[in-house]
Amino acid sequence: MNTLPDRADVVVIGAGIVGNSLAHHLAQFGWRDIVLLDKGPLPDPGGSTGHASNFVFPVDHSKEITALTVDSMQQYEKLGTLTAPGGLELARNESRVEELNRRMASAKAWGIHAELLSPSAVADLVPYIDPSVIRLGFWTPSAAVVDPLQSGVLMREQAIALGALTVSANTAVLGIDTERGRVSKVRTDRGDIETPTVVVASGVWSPRIAAMAGARIPLTPAVHQMIDVGPIPELAETHTEVSFPLVRDMDALMYERQSGADLEIGSYAHRPILHDTDDIPSIEAAQLSPTQLPFTDDDFDPQMEDALELFPGILNAPGAGVRHAINGLLSVTPDGSPVLGETPEVAGLWSAAAVWIKEGPGVGRVLAEWMTHGTTEIDVHGADIARFYPHQRTAKHVRARAMEGYNKIYGIVHPNEQWESNRNQRLSPFHPREEALGARFFEVGGWERPHWYESNRHLLAEFAEHIDDRPHEWDARWWSPIIDAEHLAMRNRVAAIDLSAFAHFDVRGPGALDYVQRMAMAQVDKPVGKVVYTPVLDYRGGFRSDLTIVRRGEQEFRVITGGADGARDRKWFGDHVPDDGSVVLTDVTSAVATLGLWGPRARDVLSALTEEDISAEAFPFGTARELTVDGVPVLALKISYVGDLGWELHAPFEQGLHLWDALFDAGAEHGIVPAGIGVYGTTGRLEKGYRLMGAELESEYNPVEADLALPKVKSADFIGKEAYLKAREQEPAARLCTLTVDDHADSGGTRRYPQPHSPVLTTSGDRIVDNAGRGSYVTSAGSAPSLGAYLLMSYLPPEHAVEGGALLVEYMGERYPVTVARAGRTPLFDPDDQRMKA
Amino acid sequence: MDVLVCIKRVPAPGGKVLLSADGTSIDTRHLGFTIGPHEECAVEEAIRMVAEHGGSTTVLTAGPPEADEQLRYALSMGADHGVLVETGARELDPQATATALTEAIRMVESEGKPFDLLLFGNETADAGHYQVGVRVSRALGLPIVGGIKGIEIGTGRVSLERDVADGVEVYDAPLPAAAAVKEGLNLPRYPSIKGRLRAKKAPVRTIRPEPSPGGLRTVRLRQPPEKEHETVVLGYGAEAADPVVDVLAEKGLV
Amino acid sequence: MLLVIVEEDAGGVSAASLEAVTCARHLAEGTGLDLHAAAFGAHGDLAAGLSKYGVSTLHLVTSDATQEYSPELWGAALAELVEHTGVTGVLAASTDRGNELLANAAASADQPFASNCVAIEPGDPWNLTRQRGGGILLEDAELSGRVKLASLVPGSVEISEATTTHEVDVLEFVPAPRATMPHSVIVDRTSRGSGVSLATARVVVSGGRGVGSAEGFAPLEELAELLGGAVGCSRVATNNGWRSHSDQVGLTGTKIGAELYIACGISGATQHWVGCMGAKTILAINTDPEAPLVARADYAVIGDVQEVLGAVLERVRARRAAA
Repeated sequence: MNTLPDRADVVVIGAGIVGNSLAHHLAQFGWRDIVLLDKGPLPDPGGSTGHASNFVFPVDHSKEITALTVDSMQQYEKLGTLTAPGGLELARNESRVEELNRRMASAKAWGIHAELLSPSAVADLVPYIDPSVIRLGFWTPSAAVVDPLQSGVLMREQAIALGALTVSANTAVLGIDTERGRVSKVRTDRGDIETPTVVVASGVWSPRIAAMAGARIPLTPAVHQMIDVGPIPELAETHTEVSFPLVRDMDALMYERQSGADLEIGSYAHRPILHDTDDIPSIEAAQLSPTQLPFTDDDFDPQMEDALELFPGILNAPGAGVRHAINGLLSVTPDGSPVLGETPEVAGLWSAAAVWIKEGPGVGRVLAEWMTHGTTEIDVHGADIARFYPHQRTAKHVRARAMEGYNKIYGIVHPNEQWESNRNQRLSPFHPREEALGARFFEVGGWERPHWYESNRHLLAEFAEHIDDRPHEWDARWWSPIIDAEHLAMRNRVAAIDLSAFAHFDVRGPGALDYVQRMAMAQVDKPVGKVVYTPVLDYRGGFRSDLTIVRRGEQEFRVITGGADGARDRKWFGDHVPDDGSVVLTDVTSAVATLGLWGPRARDVLSALTEEDISAEAFPFGTARELTVDGVPVLALKISYVGDLGWELHAPFEQGLHLWDALFDAGAEHGIVPAGIGVYGTTGRLEKGYRLMGAELESEYNPVEADLALPKVKSADFIGKEAYLKAREQEPAARLCTLTVDDHADSGGTRRYPQPHSPVLTTSGDRIVDNAGRGSYVTSAGSAPSLGAYLLMSYLPPEHAVEGGALLVEYMGERYPVTVARAGRTPLFDPDDQRMKA
Repeated sequence: MDVLVCIKRVPAPGGKVLLSADGTSIDTRHLGFTIGPHEECAVEEAIRMVAEHGGSTTVLTAGPPEADEQLRYALSMGADHGVLVETGARELDPQATATALTEAIRMVESEGKPFDLLLFGNETADAGHYQVGVRVSRALGLPIVGGIKGIEIGTGRVSLERDVADGVEVYDAPLPAAAAVKEGLNLPRYPSIKGRLRAKKAPVRTIRPEPSPGGLRTVRLRQPPEKEHETVVLGYGAEAADPVVDVLAEKGLV
Repeated sequence: MLLVIVEEDAGGVSAASLEAVTCARHLAEGTGLDLHAAAFGAHGDLAAGLSKYGVSTLHLVTSDATQEYSPELWGAALAELVEHTGVTGVLAASTDRGNELLANAAASADQPFASNCVAIEPGDPWNLTRQRGGGILLEDAELSGRVKLASLVPGSVEISEATTTHEVDVLEFVPAPRATMPHSVIVDRTSRGSGVSLATARVVVSGGRGVGSAEGFAPLEELAELLGGAVGCSRVATNNGWRSHSDQVGLTGTKIGAELYIACGISGATQHWVGCMGAKTILAINTDPEAPLVARADYAVIGDVQEVLGAVLERVRARRAAA
C-alpha cells in the first residue's frame, strides 16, 4: 500500500528504537532521501524493542556506555517518553556491597548522582521489599522508564516533517547488492532501491541482513526471561504505569519493576539460551512476536523463589498470578558491547546492532554523526564493529563468548577478567616455550600473551623489598607480584617480551609517503631507517590511534600498532588508501613475530648473536635496521616502551622460535628473564609516562591535552590538522598528569590499590570537572617498582595540573590522598631517557 | 466432592500453524504448549467446586511425557493431584485415547474412591474429535452432557446448563456424572507464584496403559486452501462512510 | 445401507441435514448402497422433504423416553437402530447435537466416528477430509470399521437432488427402554426471546482490540440494532472484560454464518478467522492496512473504528429518517 522510491541516499533496515533514532538524526544532520524499512508492522514490528522492559539505569562502569545512556535519556525526556521513578540496585552479599561501592565510584567518575542506602532506607522507597534480605542499596534518582515505541513514532514523524524520510513497514529485504565492494542496491518484496549507504539496524536479525551483502555482524540472539505478576493491589492503587522505583536484585541477577497493576520480573540468571538468527520464527508463525518465544518454566523457577524472598507480600497478594511470561530475544555480542559502524567487509554497509533500549537514541545520534562527519563526539571505539578480528566474527566465537558472557550481564566483572572460551586462537611462535615457563596468558585481539611467568616466582625473594603486597583479593585478582619482579629483573639485567600481537601493515608505492603523511600527526618524511612514534588523529583532532611508523625505503613504510587496536587501525588505514592505485597497503601481521629485548644487558645479549655493529653510535635510538641474529633476518627497531636499552626484533614468523631460543641461550649468562605484558603495558610504561590508546588516548582528548603535541607542526596536511592547530593555540582544558598514591591504607588499615576509572577529587572531596565538561578520573594505574611508588594517570584541569598538588582518589567507597607528581609527559623514571639511548 | 479433569497438551494458539515436512504433524519448534481454553475452564471450575464443597481435584492427561508441563500448570492453578497417562509422542485416534483414559481412571479409582464428577473440554483445541469425553463416560457408565457453560452441584445430582442457538437448556443428571465444558463457564485464574513453586514440587503419578487403536487413521495434515482474492479498500477514515453505506444497501440492510 | 440423521428446521429438513443427505447419496451411489434417514422426535412431515434426495426409507425414532433430548438415550437408541437395520455408515450434520448424538452412538456401538468432515470419498475405508481446530487445519484420514460414523460441516457440500424422485417409506422405530441406564434429562429450556442469535444473524457487527473499551462498543450496538443484526467480539474483547463470552466469535466461541460480517478493530488471529470465515461478505475496519483480517476481507476501511462508525451511523440514521 506504500510505494518505495527507486533510489535513496541511505536505506535503514529495521524500525526499532535504533533505526528510528538513526533516521531521525540523519534528517537532523541534513540527510534527505532516507528510507526506513521494516519487515514487520508499525509501531511494533516484532523485534526486541517491542518487548523490552524499558528501564534505564544510567550508571555503567563503561564510560562510553554511560555517555550513550545519558544522551539517550535526554532524548527520551525531550520526546516526553521518559518517567523517572528512580532505581535501586541491591546487594544481598558482601562482594556485591563492594561492587556497589565500585559502582558509586563509576557514578562519580561519569558525573551521575547516586547514593548508597541502608536496607531500611531502601524499604522507605520501596515499601514492599523485605529489607532483611538485603545489605545495601545503590540509589540512582534519575533511573527511568521509557517508551521506545512511542519515541520511535515521534522520531519518524519529525523526520517525515522535514521531508527527509520515507517509511515502509511490512517490507521484507530480499537482498543487498554490492558493486566493487560497495553497497549499491537494496532489493525488497516491494521493489528495489538504489543506494550507496545501508544501515543494518535489524536487532537479532542483523547477522542475516548483513550476510546478504557479504558482511558479518557478530551477535547472537539469546533468551531473556520475563514474567508479569498481577494484579497487585498496592501497585494498582497508584493508577500509574510506574510510580515505585525500579529494582535490580543484582545478586539474584534479576530486575523487578512496576508495570501498572503488575510487577514485571526479568532474569539474567538462567542458563544461556542462544538461538540462531535463521531459526527465529517468521512474523506469521510466531505466537506473540518473532522475538517473544514460548516461556520455559524450568529455567525461571529458581528466580521465582528469589523474587518471592525479596517481595514476599505483594507476590503473594490474593488473586495475583503470572499473567504473561515470555522468553524474549535480545542480542548478545562476543564482548557484550554494541556493534556499530561501517562493516570492514563492505563499504557503505553500516551496523547499528546489539543496542539496549537505554542506549538506542544515543546510538542513533552518534551513528548519524559518524556517517555525516566520519567521527563522533562520544568516543565509541569499544563499540566499533571494526574492533573484531576475522576469527572474532565467526559463529563459533560469537556463540562461545555469548554463552560465557550471558551471566556477566548482572555479574561482578573484574576489569581485567579474562574470557575462558574459545581461547588459543592466535599463538605466537614462542607459545610452546611460554607455556613451559608457566606463562599466565591474557588475551588481546585473540592473541595469547603472557602477562607474567610463574617461572619467575623465585625473583620475588631477590626483589622482596621493592615489591608490592596487595592484601585485598580484588586488587590482587588477575595480577601477580611477579610482574614487579620481572620489571626489576629487566631494569637490573635484561628481559625478553613477546610482542607478536602487534599488527603490522606494509605501505608501498609512489603515493606511500603522501599517504602516511596524511595519516600521521608526526613528520614521517624522514631518512630511510628512521622510526617515528606518532598519534593518529580523527577529523575532530581527537585520538584515533597512536603507533610507530618505520621508513624502510623511499616508497616503503611499515606501520606497527597494538594488538588491541589492530583491527580498527586496519580499517582506518584501509579506508584512506587513495583510489588511484598509488599505494598498496598489505597487512603482514601474520608474517611477523616480535620479541622485545630490553635492559642494561640487552646489547650484550644481542651482540653475541650478530656480527654487526650495534653500538649506540652505529645503531642510534629511534632507528631501524635489518640485522641477522643467529641466522635469522630481523628488522630491529631501537625504541622502547619500557624505558630501557634494547630493541624490538621483528622476525619471520616461522623463525620466531629459533630467535627465542638463541636469545635465551645467549642471555643466560646475563641473567635474561622472560617478562610479560604486565611489565610492558603497565609498570615499565607508567614509569616512563607513556600513554596508552584506549586508556589515556581517545577521541575525546587531543594531543595538546595528552602533552603529545610536537614542537613543530609539519607542513604536510594530515587528518585532524586543522583541529590540532586550533588546539595548540588554546589553553588546554585539561592536561594529562601522573600522580602518586601517598597512603594506601583504608579505614580498616588494609592497603588498597586504586584501579582505573576511579574518580579524582579535590581535597574537599568534590568532583573535578574541566571547562569542556569532562570529569577527572584515573585512566591507568599500576606499580612503579623502580620508583617505589604506585602511579595513576589522569587528565586534570590547569588549576589542578600542578606538580606537588594534593588531591584525593575515591576507590571502593574510600578516599586516598594522592599527589600530582608530574604534569605532562616528562617521565618520572629516567627523565632524560639516558637508559634507552645508551 | 472429588473431581477429575481431563486435559490435553496442545500447541498454544498464535501465529500461523506450520506443518512438518511430511505433513503428518505440526511443526512445534517455535510453539509453546498449553491447555485448551475449554479445559482450562474445566480446571478452574473443579478448583472452585472443591473450594466450596470440599474434596479434591485430580488432573489427568494422556500424551507424551512433556504433558507434565500442562499437569503442573493445572496444579499451579490449584489442582491437588496430577496423573500423567503416557501414551507417547504420536497422537492417538479418539478411540485409543478413550480406552487409555478409561483404563487409567479405573486404575486411579480402584486405589482410592470413585470420582463424583468428571470434567472434559467440549473438544480439544487441536484435533477436535468431539467424542473422547463421551466414550470415556459411557465406558465408565456415567451420564455426560456437552457444551456446558454452567454447573450446579445438588444433593446426589448435578445441574448442567448449555447455550443452544435459540436459548439455554438445563440438564439434570445423577452423580457420579460427567460434563464436557466450554469456554465461558468461568474466567480461569492465573497461577500464583506460590502455586507455581508448589506445583513444581508436587508428585505426578505416571500410568502407562495399552490403548487399543480405533478406526480413524490420520494420513496427513494440510493447510486449508486460501481463497485468492483482492481486498477492496473502500477508503480511509470517515471518508469511507459513503461506500460503506453502499455495501450495506447492496446487501439490502438499509 | 447408509443412514443419515436428519434434523428438523421450521417443520422441514434442515439445510445442513440435506447436505449430509447429498453427501451420503454420493457415498451410497458409489458403493451401490441403499440410503435411509432417521429422525428423533420429529414433528413435521420430513418424508416429503426427503423424497427428492434419494432417501428410500425414513426411520422415526419414537418412544416416551426419547421424546425429549437426552444425549445418552438418543445415542443408545441410534446404536440400536444401526444394529437393527444393519447399516454400515451413519452421517449427520456436525451441529452440536449431531456431533453429540453420533459420539454417543459410536460409544454405544464401539465404532469409529469422524467428526467435522468436509469431504468423504466412497469406498472402504472412507477417505475423508476433516477440520481440525475449527478449520485452522485440514486432516486427510481413513475411516474403517464395521459401521462408520461421520459428521459433515455445514456448507461443505452443495445440496443436490437425486435424478429420480420416489416415495419415502416411513418406519417407526421404538427403541428398547433403558430406564436403568444413567442418563441426563432436559429439565428446563429458556428461549432467547426477541434478540437475534449470533450464530444465525444476517449481519454481525463485531469488535476487537481497536474498539478500545467496553463503552467503545456503543456505536457497534447501535449499528447492529439499525441493521437488525447481532454484536460479536474477539477474544481480546472478552478477555479484557468488555463483552461477555457469549458474544465471542471464533474457535472457542460462536461460528457465524452471516450475510455480512463487519469486523471493527479486529486484527484477525486464525482462531478468530475460523469463527467468521463462514460469513458471505466480510468488511474490516482497522487502522492497520496490513492486519490479517484486512487482507482476508472483501472490503476494508483503513481508519479508527469510532471515527468510521460515527460517520457510517450518521448516514444510516439519515437514510432511516428519510425513508
